[in-house]
Amino acid sequence: MRGWLLAILIAAGLLLANGVFTGAFGAGVALPPYVLQVLCLAGINVTLAVSLNLINGFTGQFSIGHAGFMAIGAYASSYFTVTFGPALRTSLGSLPLFVQDSVVLLVGLAIGAFLASIAGFFVGVPSLRLRGDYLAIVTLGFGEIIGVVILNIDAVGGARGYSGIPKLANFFWIWIFAAVTILIVYRIVHSSFGRTLVAIREDEVAAEAMGVHTTRAKVISFVVSSAMAGVAGGLFAHYLMYVNVRSFNFLKSFEIIIMIVIGGLGSISGSVLGAVLFISLTEGLREFAQYRMVLFSLLLIILMIVRPQGILGHKEFVTFLTRRRRSIGAAPGTTGNA
Amino acid sequence: MTTFLQQLVNGLSLGSIYALIALGYTMVYGVLRLINFAHGDVYMIGAYVGYYLSRRLQGREPSLVSALLVMFGSMIACAILGVLIERLAYRPVRREARLTLLITAIGVSLFLENLAQLLFGATPRFFPSLAPRTDFHIAGMRLTSEQITVIAVSVLLMVLLRAFIMSTRTGKAMRAVSFSLDASKLMGISTDWIISVTFALGSALAAAGGVLIAMQIPKIDPLMGITYGLKAFIAAVLGGIGSIPGAVLGGLLIGTSEVMVVGYLSSTYRDAIAFGILILVLILRPQGLLGRVQKEKV
Repeated sequence: MRGWLLAILIAAGLLLANGVFTGAFGAGVALPPYVLQVLCLAGINVTLAVSLNLINGFTGQFSIGHAGFMAIGAYASSYFTVTFGPALRTSLGSLPLFVQDSVVLLVGLAIGAFLASIAGFFVGVPSLRLRGDYLAIVTLGFGEIIGVVILNIDAVGGARGYSGIPKLANFFWIWIFAAVTILIVYRIVHSSFGRTLVAIREDEVAAEAMGVHTTRAKVISFVVSSAMAGVAGGLFAHYLMYVNVRSFNFLKSFEIIIMIVIGGLGSISGSVLGAVLFISLTEGLREFAQYRMVLFSLLLIILMIVRPQGILGHKEFVTFLTRRRRSIGAAPGTTGNA
Repeated sequence: MTTFLQQLVNGLSLGSIYALIALGYTMVYGVLRLINFAHGDVYMIGAYVGYYLSRRLQGREPSLVSALLVMFGSMIACAILGVLIERLAYRPVRREARLTLLITAIGVSLFLENLAQLLFGATPRFFPSLAPRTDFHIAGMRLTSEQITVIAVSVLLMVLLRAFIMSTRTGKAMRAVSFSLDASKLMGISTDWIISVTFALGSALAAAGGVLIAMQIPKIDPLMGITYGLKAFIAAVLGGIGSIPGAVLGGLLIGTSEVMVVGYLSSTYRDAIAFGILILVLILRPQGLLGRVQKEKV
């Protein structure tokens, strides 16, 4: 009961914030469009980072092809809203416009998430049998293959990019899905299945000896993570109204990895922190754009040398402050799957 | 038949460059059990060092001597770079979890790519021609002097590497370290020194590959290391990572199959074929063609 109340409160709060920021309550309290866009992109990054953390941080399987699934979500949902959106609207003709918008967006996102999770399944089944660094390379390869395939589909614009996507996503939807992603990952991690995932991260052989079907658990975690990346991609496309394969190349995957590594692999609040830090730094250093990635990569190397577990490590923000409860599955001195 | 032979020669020439880069991957994996993500970028830096050196030499008559000068200069520069990368980035995290090492390697790779964009600019540059060009016609095939240089230099370097590893004390120590790092330390081998030598050798070979490919294409850009690096890595996996003859075999196979696919099917599959091979290898024979099966011990 309390959970529902909280959910309704969060949704109402976001709706209110959306109204205030976009100027529904007068231009005086509205945010400048640039700040609003940064906030929205931050929300998409939070979704991406938290979903990638499920597979990289909690399951300990280092995937670096997350942007590929984001691309599938973006293209699939956009293709739906552009091609079938008008027809869906006609069938909803009597309903108010914002309901129509929401229905079209939600169906589009569902399709994007579904296709991304299918792709996640087909990528995950062969590659998740591999350990550590092999998996990293294979996911990187699959991510690039997804890009090449999309580039060759002319119906979605090929190398020109896909334009004319209706602007259906806004601050409210982006942060609702960020909250939903956080909730899903939190619930998974704190379930018995989540303990299975953490067991795989800590010691795959021991987990298998305890009767965990490791490949199955890893594939499930990978599929869920891909679906959420698909949603993030769909929101990205419907917020910027234009997508290009180049936005989803391995550099995007690396960006998401930097976010979760900075925040701490295996910490949900760490991913949120990492995503927000990353976008603040990126936007703050806009004047020095060409030095930005040099700085980030240097930061990543130094972080690995000085504090390889990231800012929060396996801990959550609350436990990090109070230090009373031990974080989920964090054994002393472990730094992840060897 | 002539077309096939022509494609085979083209494939072998591309493949020997993949083999040169793959050697660096496989050697570093042998001693550190690390996929050195930055290796492809060392290769890119090698091409750029070669570019600046040959600009220095411009005005002189293109000759084999200046080509060799450029190549050696770039090999030495990259050997130093490789040692520096290992010293500054990998050594501090060597005892950490393997994931930490992997993330560090990704960080180094990103750093080199972005630094190169900053220093050299993101626009591609054209590599000046170093040696006089001539075409040879043998049995209906066209062999460019670049192709012959590429194959000859690669074979020479591989023979030298083989001799170094099999018959010098340092080479013997390298083999010992790749067999077991801890045991060789106990036997009095200076493992830090051997790891540095491995990085120096691997990076020098990558630089040679970079200069050779730059002479052939002849266009270089700061992100060129990624695709070549990935394909060379796949070549190392195909041959059996950690195995030096395997890297050579894998490189030649990947290069040949890529050229054949482009020649007989379509050029859009150019980059997909290597990944297709990788996936097949990992499903059917994960240890690679010449690799040893490693049992997992608890």
